[in-house]
Amino acid sequence: MIELAGVTKRYPGGHEALSDVSLVIEQGELVFLTGHSGAGKSTLLKLIGALERPTTGHVTVNGQNVGRMKRPALPFFRRNIGLIFQDHKLLYDRSVFDNVLLPLHIQGMTGNDAAKRVRAALDKVGLLKKEKSRPITLSGGEQQRLCIARAIVSRPALVLADEPTANLDDAYARDIMDTFRAFHEVGVTLVISTHDQELIHRYGGRNVQLAYGKLQA
Amino acid sequence: MNAWLAHHWHSLRIAAQRFLDTPLATLFTVLVIGVAVALPTGLYLLLENLDQAAGGVKPQAEITLFLKAEVSEADGKALSSTLSKQVDVAGVRFVSKSDGVHKLESAGLADIAAGLAENPLPHTLIVTPKDTDPGALEALGTRLQSQKGVERVVMDSEWIKRLSALMALGQDLVFTLSAMLGLALAAITANTIRLQIYAQKDEIEVARLIGATDRFIRRPFLYFGAIQGLAGGAAGWLLVAVGHQAISGSVAKVVAAYGADFVISGLAPNDLAMLLGLSAALGWLGAYFAVGQALRSSESF
Repeated sequence: MIELAGVTKRYPGGHEALSDVSLVIEQGELVFLTGHSGAGKSTLLKLIGALERPTTGHVTVNGQNVGRMKRPALPFFRRNIGLIFQDHKLLYDRSVFDNVLLPLHIQGMTGNDAAKRVRAALDKVGLLKKEKSRPITLSGGEQQRLCIARAIVSRPALVLADEPTANLDDAYARDIMDTFRAFHEVGVTLVISTHDQELIHRYGGRNVQLAYGKLQA
Repeated sequence: MNAWLAHHWHSLRIAAQRFLDTPLATLFTVLVIGVAVALPTGLYLLLENLDQAAGGVKPQAEITLFLKAEVSEADGKALSSTLSKQVDVAGVRFVSKSDGVHKLESAGLADIAAGLAENPLPHTLIVTPKDTDPGALEALGTRLQSQKGVERVVMDSEWIKRLSALMALGQDLVFTLSAMLGLALAAITANTIRLQIYAQKDEIEVARLIGATDRFIRRPFLYFGAIQGLAGGAAGWLLVAVGHQAISGSVAKVVAAYGADFVISGLAPNDLAMLLGLSAALGWLGAYFAVGQALRSSESF
């Protein structure tokens, strides 16, 4: 499903975030990206999600060459991916419900069908009772779960999560990981970056370790 | 199709909501656009009215043909009827020698007329042209000059030429002013849209990350630009209407003093429709450029 071949990402200024990374992730896999901060975990996720282009090498997702993708094709590619951000990127000027509705709205889905899907997604992350609240009134863990609900509402086959459990206490982290596990069980491919080794021991899955932009064996 | 319509409706509502969120800023922007629109519109209206006022005088443009002394009255009348059949001639009046003298007498010049040994006046034809356009008048005059039996052609067309040149100058002025202030309208809109984009930065970023197309992001801003332009156009029209009301009293006095019968007219419905349509289109255009520029510069991919 995801294939990286000799991928290097150099940012303007010369900093090399990833050096010659080759990696294959199969459909339905649960992959943890680990490594120290600045190891290139976020960069790797951004390359897979077509948020950035590789400097050299190829990134292929679902048979599409992400690096060569034309601008007009990008939105349609991104709709097949659920993105979960470390900083949530929620919209604070609208309700919890409307935040989750946004991806569906972008895809042209409205009315009752959309509302049902939104409530199903909110139910999965345990926020159904807060659909009318503003995101700012939610706790950190709830905000993270809201971000997850938004990522899964359009039922993507691939979910990319950047440090979803960072800054959360253990109970919240476990909640969120259980949610991810449930997605994994229904066949969703998950790539999750984390620096929490214990989490990986507890949940299994494949561990891909990065150090200074290089894959560790 | 339904979803598409729903999104348009949604975008329209977002745009309207943004107006209501910042009523004062919106009011000022609309006023500025209104003034920008009112200037060329007012000038246009002024010209239209001048044209109309002058229109009442124009048909009096006449070409006088003095016939040669040897031409008899019968030949003169024959020429008159020949000329009156020509396509660009509205009418021909034959003024005989004796009629000419009568005219002199009735004009209060009887003493002079009486002092003359014999009637020195030639037979005269007064030709009323159909077309008062200076070029057409010139052409007709030249042709009449070459008619057999015509001694001299006197055309009173200089003032028509001047008026027509002035009108053309006025029209060019309206056009130039419209172009410049239209540009200003688009620029004002682009600027308000830029501020809005800045305020909506997070929303745009998130929408993009989860697969919004440029079109999806652009649409509410385009609606906003068009509505703002429309409102500005309406404000401009209102300003012109108020100005019209304010001066119509004094115009009526001037007109009365000249003993003329003329009422200044307001903007015709089709002109108003064009004004509103153009303002909306320019607002839309300004928004389009502002959003396009913002979308390009925020693209990291």
